[in-house]
Amino acid sequence: MAILLIAEHDNATVMELTARALSAALLIGTDIDVLVAGSHARPTAEAVAGLKGVRKVLLAEADELAERLAEPLAALIVSLADGYDTILAPATSSGKNVAPRVAALLDVAQVSEIIEVVAPDTFKRPIYAGNAVQTVQALDSRKIVTVRPASFAPASQGGAAPVLTVPSAGDPGLSSCVGNRLSETVRPELTSARIVISGGRALGSTEKFEEVLLPLADTLGAAVGASRAAVDEGYAPNDWQVGQTGKVVAPDLYIACGISGAIQHLAGMKDSKVIVAVNKDEEAPIFQVADYGLVGDLFEIVPAFEKALRDRA
Amino acid sequence: MKILVPVKRVVDGNVKVRVKADGSGVDLANLKMAMNPFDEIAVEEALRLKEAGKAQEIVVVSIGPAQALETLHTALAMGADRAILVRTDEAVEPLGVAKVLRGVALTEQPGLVILGKQAIDDDCNQTGQMLAALLGWAQGTFASELAVEGDKARVTREVDGGLQTVELKLPAIVTTDLRLNEPRYASLPNIMKAKKKPIDEKSPASYGVDLAPRLKILRTEEPHARKPGVKVASVAELIDKLSNEACVL
Ligand SMILES: Cc1cc2nc3c(=O)[nH]c(=O)nc-3n(C[C@H](O)[C@H](O)[C@H](O)COP(=O)(O)OP(=O)(O)OC[C@H]3O[C@@H](n4cnc5c(N)ncnc54)[C@H](O)[C@@H]3O)c2cc1C
Ligand SMILES: Nc1ncnc2c1ncn2[C@@H]1O[C@H](COP(=O)(O)O)[C@@H](O)[C@H]1O
Repeated sequence: MAILLIAEHDNATVMELTARALSAALLIGTDIDVLVAGSHARPTAEAVAGLKGVRKVLLAEADELAERLAEPLAALIVSLADGYDTILAPATSSGKNVAPRVAALLDVAQVSEIIEVVAPDTFKRPIYAGNAVQTVQALDSRKIVTVRPASFAPASQGGAAPVLTVPSAGDPGLSSCVGNRLSETVRPELTSARIVISGGRALGSTEKFEEVLLPLADTLGAAVGASRAAVDEGYAPNDWQVGQTGKVVAPDLYIACGISGAIQHLAGMKDSKVIVAVNKDEEAPIFQVADYGLVGDLFEIVPAFEKALRDRA
Repeated sequence: MKILVPVKRVVDGNVKVRVKADGSGVDLANLKMAMNPFDEIAVEEALRLKEAGKAQEIVVVSIGPAQALETLHTALAMGADRAILVRTDEAVEPLGVAKVLRGVALTEQPGLVILGKQAIDDDCNQTGQMLAALLGWAQGTFASELAVEGDKARVTREVDGGLQTVELKLPAIVTTDLRLNEPRYASLPNIMKAKKKPIDEKSPASYGVDLAPRLKILRTEEPHARKPGVKVASVAELIDKLSNEACVL
């Protein structure tokens, strides 16, 4: 029962997503190889080799793999597929982009965003924005699975797997990367942060979003998230969106400020350990999932919260 | 250029579905249905490309039961030119949908297929990427901007770290994200006009596709319920609870 795990590795913090997906792989089987595809990716490969439970790391370095374009990456994965019963990727934007392409090339179904491994061929996954959970058995002899990182704890360090190089399968020449506009942040990465503080439409402007939420985030060492409305209005960048069609988070503490709690937003945060909601409308649906609700004006409450925490320290 | 837009009929996003007591699925009886919101965005983008003179014809296609005609009517009323219903009463998995769409694409020869990134019922996020693989075409998923210039499409993608812009050789597959556009409402005259637009009916067999399921749904259950929370009266009380009761500060 050999498993190929596709590593996520855009930068150092994203490594944790690979470690989380590795935990899911360990629940499926034991012979786990990890593919690190990119350019100048050897440091990542060495880091992955130090995760406990990895049999070997396959390192593929080529220019066409630098930007994680789906076409050359899928071709590479398919070229390696023969030795594996299961191919796994974290359900990141990169994993979601490439895994279905691999599945179709291999003529097998994909099971998306699993949250639990029931048996090596059977998984739980949410549907309808998390309003229902399906137990799905994959009948194909080869399984393609994406893993919701927030649902699995990171695998531990302490391995010493060998790193083998494998050749790229070439560039099909279908697409090219023109440029990236990546958000720069010194804060923790959203999907692996211990505390997340999110803002909604109520913030009203980019300036207010930054002025009111960011100090609290920094005092708490938290990552910052947003509702779709806040992103659509331009108060927060797209990669901060939490929800059914954004990022899924499950931190120890999630603080929702001025967010109504639409089902699409809840889908992205309702597995957080502790949820705090600040909203001036006591009927807001967010209070139905909040462990602690504070009814009132966030423009007064959030700065007071921040100040109280600072005074306490 | 012709643009093909696959549209799926799904439960309206504002409806909270209920799981059947026997665990056999979700109860869809009498629920309000609608076009998958990402597919509305796809139809809108196709219309804008046509209005900008980049495309000549927009064909919408749905794979599903007779009721999917409603969804096709909505797309025609928004402004699509003609529709294809590939009729089946079975639930079709994304790989099966992609195989049917491959057949449609081979007959229609579109320059661009625009799909939603995700159907909000199965939350799979697979079909567009699978179709790209089956056709051997380029893919630009999670698009928040799309421009067609000559034989290339430029797609800005919403990715985990921010935005990535890629250039695709046409024909290509694009899947929509929320920020691509705001779909229009169909006007009354357009709804009337749409009634005369042609709708072809096909069967999956006419594309030679085997739709036998590759996945077996063993059970459908409610998600874990959260235990009820409390309201706190002040910031001081909140900090006290977070520190001493929840132990997260
Ligand atoms: C296809 C689709 C996908 C979607 N995906 C997502 C997703 O991934 N993530 C997501 O978040 N949404 C998603 N949505 C959107 C979702 O349905 C809601 O529209 C959105 O979450 C609302 O954002 P909001 O809570 O910030 O805004 P609103 O619903 O407008 O809520 C604002 C809240 O702020 C409160 N408020 C106002 N002023 C103050 C104040 N001074 N102090 C305190 N509280 C105040 C109000 O009482 C209100 O509850 C999606 C929708 C669709 C159709
Ligand atoms: N039955 C269907 N008929 C037409 N299009 C579909 C169908 N199922 C999926 N699609 C398209 O594929 C996209 C992604 O769906 P999914 O992969 O199921 O999340 C949708 O937004 C539609 O554009």
